[in-house]
Amino acid sequence: MNFSEVFRHTNQLCRVSPDGKCLATCVQYRLVVRNINTLQILHLYTCLDQIAHVEWSSDSQFILCAMYKRGLVQVWSLEQPDWHCKIDEGSAGLVSSRWSPDGRHVLNTTEFHLRVTVWSLCSKSVSYIKYPKACQKGLDFSRDGRYMALAERRDCKDHISVFVCEDWQLLRHFETDTQDLSGVEWSPNGCVLAVWDSCLEYKVLLYSLDGRLLSTYSAYGWSLGIKSIAWSPSSQFLAIGSYDEKVRILNHITWKKLTEFEHPVSISDSRAVVYREMERRAVAGSDDLSIHHQIPAGTSLFSTQSKYEICELPIYVPIVKPDPDRANPKIGVSTMAFSSDSRYLATKNDNMPNNVWVWDMQRLCLLAVLEQRAPVRCFQWDPRRPRLALCTGSTKVFLWSPGGCLSVQVPAEGSFQVLSLSWHCGGDSLILLSKEHLCLCYVEAGRCVGVGVRYPSR
Amino acid sequence: MGDRWMTAMPESSLENQDISCNSSQFTIYPSMYPTQFAVHSSIPFSKNSYSILSAFCSEENISQCISYINQEVSSLGFPAICTECSGQPELNMVSVLNTVYELLQLHRRSQRTLENLETEQFKYSSNLEHLQLSNSKLKDQLEHSKRENTGLFERERQLQMKIKSLQNSLKNEKEEVQKLQNIISSRATQYNHDMKRKEREYTKLKERLNQLLIDKKDKKLAIEVLNYVGRSDGKRSLWKTGKTEARNEEEMYQTLLKNYESRQKDLMVENAELKKVLQQMKKEMVSILSSRKHSLKGETIEESLEQTASDNEEDVCDSSRETLELSCEHAREQLTNSIRQQWRLLKDHMEKLNSQASLVQNGKWVDNDVIPRKAHEEEMDKLKLEIQQCKDFIQTQQQLWQQQLSSPCDDETAALLNDCYMLEEKERLKEEWRLFDEQRRNFEKERKNFTEAAIRLGRERKAFEEDRATWLKHQFLNMTPFIDRKKPQTSYSHSALSKSPESEMKIVSTPGQLKKSLSHTSFSTPKATPVKMPSTTDLHRTLRLIPEHRSFKTQPKMGNLQDSILSSDISDKTRVLKAGNCSIYTLSDAENSPK
Repeated sequence: MNFSEVFRHTNQLCRVSPDGKCLATCVQYRLVVRNINTLQILHLYTCLDQIAHVEWSSDSQFILCAMYKRGLVQVWSLEQPDWHCKIDEGSAGLVSSRWSPDGRHVLNTTEFHLRVTVWSLCSKSVSYIKYPKACQKGLDFSRDGRYMALAERRDCKDHISVFVCEDWQLLRHFETDTQDLSGVEWSPNGCVLAVWDSCLEYKVLLYSLDGRLLSTYSAYGWSLGIKSIAWSPSSQFLAIGSYDEKVRILNHITWKKLTEFEHPVSISDSRAVVYREMERRAVAGSDDLSIHHQIPAGTSLFSTQSKYEICELPIYVPIVKPDPDRANPKIGVSTMAFSSDSRYLATKNDNMPNNVWVWDMQRLCLLAVLEQRAPVRCFQWDPRRPRLALCTGSTKVFLWSPGGCLSVQVPAEGSFQVLSLSWHCGGDSLILLSKEHLCLCYVEAGRCVGVGVRYPSR
Repeated sequence: MGDRWMTAMPESSLENQDISCNSSQFTIYPSMYPTQFAVHSSIPFSKNSYSILSAFCSEENISQCISYINQEVSSLGFPAICTECSGQPELNMVSVLNTVYELLQLHRRSQRTLENLETEQFKYSSNLEHLQLSNSKLKDQLEHSKRENTGLFERERQLQMKIKSLQNSLKNEKEEVQKLQNIISSRATQYNHDMKRKEREYTKLKERLNQLLIDKKDKKLAIEVLNYVGRSDGKRSLWKTGKTEARNEEEMYQTLLKNYESRQKDLMVENAELKKVLQQMKKEMVSILSSRKHSLKGETIEESLEQTASDNEEDVCDSSRETLELSCEHAREQLTNSIRQQWRLLKDHMEKLNSQASLVQNGKWVDNDVIPRKAHEEEMDKLKLEIQQCKDFIQTQQQLWQQQLSSPCDDETAALLNDCYMLEEKERLKEEWRLFDEQRRNFEKERKNFTEAAIRLGRERKAFEEDRATWLKHQFLNMTPFIDRKKPQTSYSHSALSKSPESEMKIVSTPGQLKKSLSHTSFSTPKATPVKMPSTTDLHRTLRLIPEHRSFKTQPKMGNLQDSILSSDISDKTRVLKAGNCSIYTLSDAENSPK
């Protein structure tokens, strides 16, 4: 495993182009575009203000830089560095800006969610979409970029509009049976739209592309409901994480519950393997059981090294008691992610912040639990392989694969505390972000899984 | 001595009398004593002091005393102690003494009774005391329990009060809950209402803001582009017309359709795979079951029927194979039906095997119809060994005989004798063989009957199933003219009718056979058991039983003769003997014997 040198960035703004060739980073006013392989600067653009948001267009031709405070969006072209475009939302303000899937339109949401403005880069046309709803995820494009679903609020009722992205024509408009719609999400095949209610009510509605209600699912009433939703890449499963610390899996044929994954305090399922991150100071006696990775030379002397140990079951997961008087209590499943082959599901329960749970979707059971020393900040699946990378705000990167677990020290000068990470689309490198710096971690595809990793000796 | 006897007698009689009139005496004595004491208060005194002056009797008043005593004594019912002879009372010494004696006796007795009474009194008093004590104890107890009772009552009252109060509080709570619920619901409605109002206001405000933004002609609201870029797909944008709308709709439906098609394809593939699995399962089941049947078939007559049945099965197989492609409803039904049927058969078989296994474990396998091959072989080996041993024995015997005979006789006679022996042996063996053959034939006939019946039963079941299937088929496909199915059905029903007398027949005939064979036939269901195995067992059984039989057989022949000649009490014996051979005879005998 190799690491690149360290670069500066601000606001955690660092994006890899969809084609995987370039890396865009923001340093205050400046936008720096590098070649991902050589890390040479290709282009350098200077914006009018500190950049708040960066996004690549789908064809990797343009980069959008939003400056929300100024209500400005600047678009830069990679092919024509001289080309420039500036969109000013004026007094309407700007809270969110994004590309349309075709990479030729910019969708700006104004302040107070007054409207969504669709700016075209191809023509002078501007269109407005009124009544967008301010919610968790009020807008979603289908995976193929053909359709956009937008949650709206009209006459105190939730509606959904489905637009054709090609010409922004309204395809379908229908009212939903929700109290307070919280989000919409297309299935990866773009044929089913999952709509969920706010956390006050556990309700998931599934609509066909043509606006027919396919199914409604509600697991329980009264107590706080859905916290997160995730489609499997195969569109076969819909995982619903909720405040009752469970994940429910719906199937795509009947839209009924297949199973539910609990996050129990005591793990006694013998099929599950529990990996516990151990600080290196511990006596390294049980070498045969432990899985650790020798970090390359040149690391700082003061950093503690860590390794994984397989725990004997049953084990007790440390929990954090949520404050019952506060809104949005830190309990329940807030983050879920399916692996690219839909084979595994990784979840995180908010009142067990140090643990990541990996579930086997073939056998529908718990496969592994990773217990970290610090709260897990971020985890992401390799887009190509069943491999999960996670970070805890420490100086290490952790990787899980069905074969085992490993932790890697980031060999940077000073302390490089990994706050977030993202995979390169090719799955052979990771972009690690600390508060002000970033570096690339090259994970050799074939070797990583095998090296220094052992199957649990059971 | 005689006197004593004499006196003792009246005494005892008196005593008896006393006892008999005990109650009266008891009432009398206590009342008499005080009076006597009152009258003769001085007497004990005088007796103690012995003062002559105060004595009752003195020299002077003897006669008065006598008369007085006489009077008293007579009044007490004693004979007079003096006889009036010449006016002068003459003291009759004998009677006096008698009287005195009687009195003394009386006194002693009364003393004794007194003592008794006293002890009794003491006993009673102690008893009484005890009773009083216990009484007081019981009273205490009663008091205590009463107190306890009142305490409990009190507690119960208190608890009841508590319950009442709790019920009250519950009611209150309920009311409170109700109230709170009402409050919540009212607040919720109020909240919702307010929310709606606010949202409306908010949307109004938004509208207004929007309007204002538009009206203001915001100069800043603009896009500055160096030059417009082409679309990513290189095409030019189209005007929004009805056409594009229609196109969009079409595309949408196409994507939906595509999705459904792919899903259907997936499902088809899955279905086909499942069907394949089912098919395979069925095939395997059929093969397992048919192998069983084939082993059964061996000696059955109705092989042709069997053949048709298997043909039918194959038919089903073929048709279901076709249905794999057709996947039409009735075919699926057929497939599942046939699978179900096979499965049922297999399950039955498994259950049977299970029960047999348990039987074997219990050590009852000797009686069982299916004997494991191993046991069989063991048995066979054992019997062979036995036969060998017997033969050896016979040979040695013969040798010994020959030796014995040859020593006095010459060679010729020995050879003759030998021949004789051989002939005799041969004869006997022939006879045995014949007998055994007969028996075997009987067995086989019976087995045939049984297998026949079982096969018929199986056939009928199959026919029924088939009938049902065809019926269903008819249901589903009214058009297809499957007509010639009814024929087998009728024949089967006929066989069903014919079956019952057969079974009766068997019941009649089986007691004629050995007891063991009876158990065998009644237990066996020919389908489940390979035919050859019971036959060999029977053979061995019969082989083992032949010596007994022979003895029976030879005797009854004589017995029959005797029966006709001799008296009837022998017939009893012969009946018992014959019982081994045939019960029909014994039945007739039993009927005859009372006559």
